Amino acid sequence: MMNEQRREFIRKAGFGVLAGLGVAAGIVPGYSLEKTVLPAWDEKPVAGKIRWGMLIDTRKCKEGCQQCVAVCHHEHNVPDFGNRKDEVKWIWKSPYEKVFPTATQQFKSKELSERSCLALCNHCAESPCTRACPTEATFKRWDGIVAMDYHRCIGCRFCMAACPYGSRSFNWQDPRTAIKEASTSYPTREQGVVEKCNFCSDRLVKGLQPACVETCPEHALTFGDLNDPKSDIRMLLETNTTMQRKPELGTKPSVFYII
Amino acid sequence: MIEKALKGNRSYWSWIGFLVLVIVSGILAYGRQRWFGLTVTGMGRDVSWGIYIAQFTFLVGVAASAVMVVLPYYLHHQKEFAKTVIIGEFMAVSATLMCLLFILADMGRPDRVLNVLLFPSPHSMVFWDVTVLNGYLVLNLVSAWTVLGAERKGVPAPAWIKPVIYLSIPWAFSIHTVTAFLYAGQPGRHLWLTAVLAPRFLASAFAAGTALLILVSLILKKTTGFDTGKEAREKLVVLMIYAGLANFFLIGTEFFTAFYSNVPAHRHTLQYLYFGLEGHSQLVPFMWFSLVCGLGALGVLMTPKLKQSTLWLAAASAAMVLSIWIDKGVGLIIGGFVPSPLEEIVEYSPTVTEISITLGIWAIGILLLTLLLKVFVAVKREHAQ
Repeated sequence: MMNEQRREFIRKAGFGVLAGLGVAAGIVPGYSLEKTVLPAWDEKPVAGKIRWGMLIDTRKCKEGCQQCVAVCHHEHNVPDFGNRKDEVKWIWKSPYEKVFPTATQQFKSKELSERSCLALCNHCAESPCTRACPTEATFKRWDGIVAMDYHRCIGCRFCMAACPYGSRSFNWQDPRTAIKEASTSYPTREQGVVEKCNFCSDRLVKGLQPACVETCPEHALTFGDLNDPKSDIRMLLETNTTMQRKPELGTKPSVFYII
Repeated sequence: MIEKALKGNRSYWSWIGFLVLVIVSGILAYGRQRWFGLTVTGMGRDVSWGIYIAQFTFLVGVAASAVMVVLPYYLHHQKEFAKTVIIGEFMAVSATLMCLLFILADMGRPDRVLNVLLFPSPHSMVFWDVTVLNGYLVLNLVSAWTVLGAERKGVPAPAWIKPVIYLSIPWAFSIHTVTAFLYAGQPGRHLWLTAVLAPRFLASAFAAGTALLILVSLILKKTTGFDTGKEAREKLVVLMIYAGLANFFLIGTEFFTAFYSNVPAHRHTLQYLYFGLEGHSQLVPFMWFSLVCGLGALGVLMTPKLKQSTLWLAAASAAMVLSIWIDKGVGLIIGGFVPSPLEEIVEYSPTVTEISITLGIWAIGILLLTLLLKVFVAVKREHAQ
């Protein structure tokens, strides 16, 4: 008799504790065990006051125009070897389905399948390249820019294997021999290090917009602070349907596209 | 003890001379690479790793496979491995040295290699890999050298070496697991983005490593008359069969997941490697040859009659090594970059400079193994007298 009562008591007490834990988990969010946000492209704010971002309106971008590419590559002393193997590029145009290979659609219009889209470093909020780098030669800045320290890079090219956007280039040979017209605005690099778009951090400190944004004759590019709800870029994100490249990988790119 | 490597017959010295020649040609090629940059290799913007990193991956497996003799000998007291265990450890030492040299050869700025230690970055798998590889090199060198030294003096090995040897067992698993994590953690490379990569690495390593150990023991028997024993080789064959079966089973599971689920990104690289993709099929013959070699080797080893013949045993072991070498050394690393993140197909083939450097590093590893085994055989002989 006693035994059975005791057993019953233990059983009820057990349920009580479980229920208590459940309630606690509901009331105090910190107690909940599961905090994952389901969509990879969730609205999780990114730490830091500023998070620079870019919006590219691919509808405005003119076919055949290469002005932003030319200006960027000139300004940053990006070499041109004229072959694909040694190619170094910071910003370039590729067909829509290559820039968005996981967002291709069947039966798309002829115009869209022929459209070229700009591709550059996405300055991901969750950047796989900075995670892979063994020396912090590539690192996340306080303002969301994924930066490079060319003097620390050991040239292991791990970041290139890690980048799911093909945005990184390696200096397979001395780049200084392939710069047609040297620019004084940005230092040249050496053989054996990786480089990529720096969101014009060299111009931002001078209060200037990135070179590509400033140059675009169609005003197809908008640059601004993604953490500031009143910025132009956020206004445009609010009023347009936009896309990021390969959002399913959870990298949270800071470059957005209007298709 | 090392002085024993300085006494040898004519064929010993011509072998050493040959290796030195290959090393010199590798050094000259490396000079060219340092001067002109990695542009002298077949690598490029799209396939940014080539045979250097592929050799590195294969050799981490060879190094890890020492555990296949260390574990049964020291933990399960399988006495048959008494004469093989130090060979396994020395093989691990030279394989690990080659791994480190291949990483160095692949670097754009090898002069800055110490940055990996000066700015330790635990979030990077490379940091862990460098740490475990160097640790493994030391563990095996110390274990084998100490045990051999004690044997030479005819005294039991010091007690402190036991924990070092025990530590090397989980350490062997760690080096190949961490090496798999170098690849398996990259979000955009679907051939690598699979949880079975580390188990597959271990299985293929244990298959190729035991096969290589059998080959080395047969070569030693032929060239020096020192025999590690038929029983040891038979046990290694059993291990090789199980590891080989596990490896091909895991490859099969990759095929099932990719092709049954029908997710394009998962299919693409396997399609490229085994059937060709959009007219590009450079690696297809290699991959099928690898499958035929590996499965053929397993077939031979599972046939009791053939297994008894030394010739068939050597052929099957060589076929297994070749199969895994192609699978990891050609398919896995180069295939990982095809198609590129923008789904373009760029094919890669190594240049003469690249191959010379690769052969040079292999020769350095084989030279070190030759010297270590020379000492080993000399000590064993002395002891037997």
